Amino acid sequence: MSVEEATLAVPAHQHEEHPKHKKLVIIAWSGELDKVWPQMILATTGAAMGMDVTVFFTFWGLFALVKDEKHITGENWMQKMVALLDRPGMEHLRLSKMNFAGAGPAMMEKLAKEHNVASPAELLKMAVDMGVKLVPCQMTMDLLGLKREDMIDGLGEPAGATAMLMEAQDAITLFI
Amino acid sequence: MSMQVAKTLDLKGLSCPLPIVKTAQAIKELASGELLEALATDPGSVADFKAWCSSTGNELVEQTEQDGVYRFVIRKK
Repeated sequence: MSVEEATLAVPAHQHEEHPKHKKLVIIAWSGELDKVWPQMILATTGAAMGMDVTVFFTFWGLFALVKDEKHITGENWMQKMVALLDRPGMEHLRLSKMNFAGAGPAMMEKLAKEHNVASPAELLKMAVDMGVKLVPCQMTMDLLGLKREDMIDGLGEPAGATAMLMEAQDAITLFI
Repeated sequence: MSMQVAKTLDLKGLSCPLPIVKTAQAIKELASGELLEALATDPGSVADFKAWCSSTGNELVEQTEQDGVYRFVIRKK
């Protein structure tokens, strides 16, 4: 077979335009508004593309899944410190840049409304409707003294790193 | 050319990822072979609809632009 023939003889499956990965796993580690937003944009878009999407919320990422009315009261002084430093809940997220004591997120919210950009809270609801699996990290919940009833509805069973890495084996993985 | 559109989706003014997310939700209600017409103003939707169709296997039958409105006609797989 000549070089030319060899080049032409591309196996049929390589012409396949459908993505190789039909699974998307997002490790949602950040809890800032400007990072939770892309977590939610990519999760809903993946679901729209017919991908099997799982978002694993760990450390600060878990804050977005806490009910807005919930304050981490904590069972000890360390958990109380966390509560003082940062209030959980989708409505209380800060920006990683230009936070200006909350003025930044308020400005961002106004801009988003003007440009018809869905808020992370709206996207989260859509993600649940579209069958995205939202998995809270059990260890982070324990660390912060959070219980299932402190979290929003629509979440999957809390899991650990092993379950998540198993899920990620044949998936595109993003750490945000 | 008159193609029978089963449903028209008004996505004008919406930004990423809503045009695609809403299209994905809307096309579920269609039967295979039926046409969905989507009207969007987000310039990013041109690349997004192309990518979405190629990844989901739905066919992008027509794509036009008039006065800043992008019109996509998609045949459900």
